[in-house]
Amino acid sequence: MIVTLEVNGERRTAEVAGWESLLWVLRERLGLTGAKDACQQGECGSCSVIFDGQLVCACLVMAADAEGAQVTTVEGLADATDLHPVQRAYVDEGAVQCGYCTPGLVVATAHLLTEHPDATPDEVREALAGNLCRCTGYGSVLRAVAAAQGASDPAGADREA
Amino acid sequence: MQIERPRDLDELLAGLDSHPEATLLAGGTDLMVDVNLSHHRPETVVALRRVDDLATWDDGFIGAGVTYARMEAGPHPALAQLARTVGSPQIRATGTIGGNLGTASPAGDTLPFLAAVDAEVVVASRGDRRRLRWEDFLLGPKHTALRPGEVIVGVQLPERLPQRQAFAKIGVRQAMVIATVNCCVVRDEDGKTRIALGAVGPTVVRTPAAEELVSSQQQVSATMLDEFQRLVSDDVTPITDHRATERYRRHAAGVLARRTLERCLPR
Repeated sequence: MIVTLEVNGERRTAEVAGWESLLWVLRERLGLTGAKDACQQGECGSCSVIFDGQLVCACLVMAADAEGAQVTTVEGLADATDLHPVQRAYVDEGAVQCGYCTPGLVVATAHLLTEHPDATPDEVREALAGNLCRCTGYGSVLRAVAAAQGASDPAGADREA
Repeated sequence: MQIERPRDLDELLAGLDSHPEATLLAGGTDLMVDVNLSHHRPETVVALRRVDDLATWDDGFIGAGVTYARMEAGPHPALAQLARTVGSPQIRATGTIGGNLGTASPAGDTLPFLAAVDAEVVVASRGDRRRLRWEDFLLGPKHTALRPGEVIVGVQLPERLPQRQAFAKIGVRQAMVIATVNCCVVRDEDGKTRIALGAVGPTVVRTPAAEELVSSQQQVSATMLDEFQRLVSDDVTPITDHRATERYRRHAAGVLARRTLERCLPR
């Protein structure tokens, strides 16, 4: 069947099979490989995208049910010349090891800072609890979030993650 | 695969009338795991997320489409507590109370709350509407009384809910975990206590002997708490699976029930 949706501000159309997830369609049909395909069961957060204003795991969205949705992926965060402030903060803080979880974390952080810019360190931790980093690089991630918040004191970043 | 994407309840019920065996898709957090990992291939899907009628929350009526994120911010303490333990923010943004009921996992986290408060499940099909007590709806592991052509519209809570209520859950970690045991206790001002536990039987269970023991008491002594814990452990019927052994679950059920009750007692 044909599904039409808006991805990163552009109207996109894809032929999809019934079993396909939004993640599959983004990666394999639309060539947007930023969202990563890992657990396929909503555990790891590496496929996080913003779907009609909500942070979701793209692997758990049935593509056929995404008709008419507005989707923002990690590719949609930066503009033509500049990184998104969250991306800049992740770069500056070196909040990347193998990088597999990074797109999901960046999208989740961008969503958090839109919805709740003044999130406390504990709220940040809870908001990112669904994004697993198996390199366990959480300290630098939390420092990057604090930097993106413009916080001078990234309280909590060095606590055991 | 064929998909219907109704926009209101009438369209939904008409769609189900035409496709009574269709797979119902709410938040997708259970169904898509089956599709992705177990190669489940539904022939016909009816997608529920556009049906605004299902997303209403009107006092004691919680629409099937209400998400965990909304329950977290809602007025019922135990429901808010349990919602916060479900999955991650990504899961809570989409997973729904109707989906939890429809999946009917023995470990479903809304189910101990619904059982403890004696909620009714409201289901509808074209031209018919039924209200079933929770135990008449939840028939076994992943098995409900929902008939072909029916959809869960929501849950009806009793008019007055005890203010003292608590939910607790044991799993291998704090977040992103399916319950090894979960538990909800509600207690009226006059002491009447109801307790329900999940993941320790084929469906969520109440433990009447333990309820009776503490319901007659305004003050609950330490000795009575010991007895309460023992009665709960005796009454549950857990199995051994990849999450825990029967013995662990039986012990944990008693301990968890006791701690949850303690949170409902005056300090």
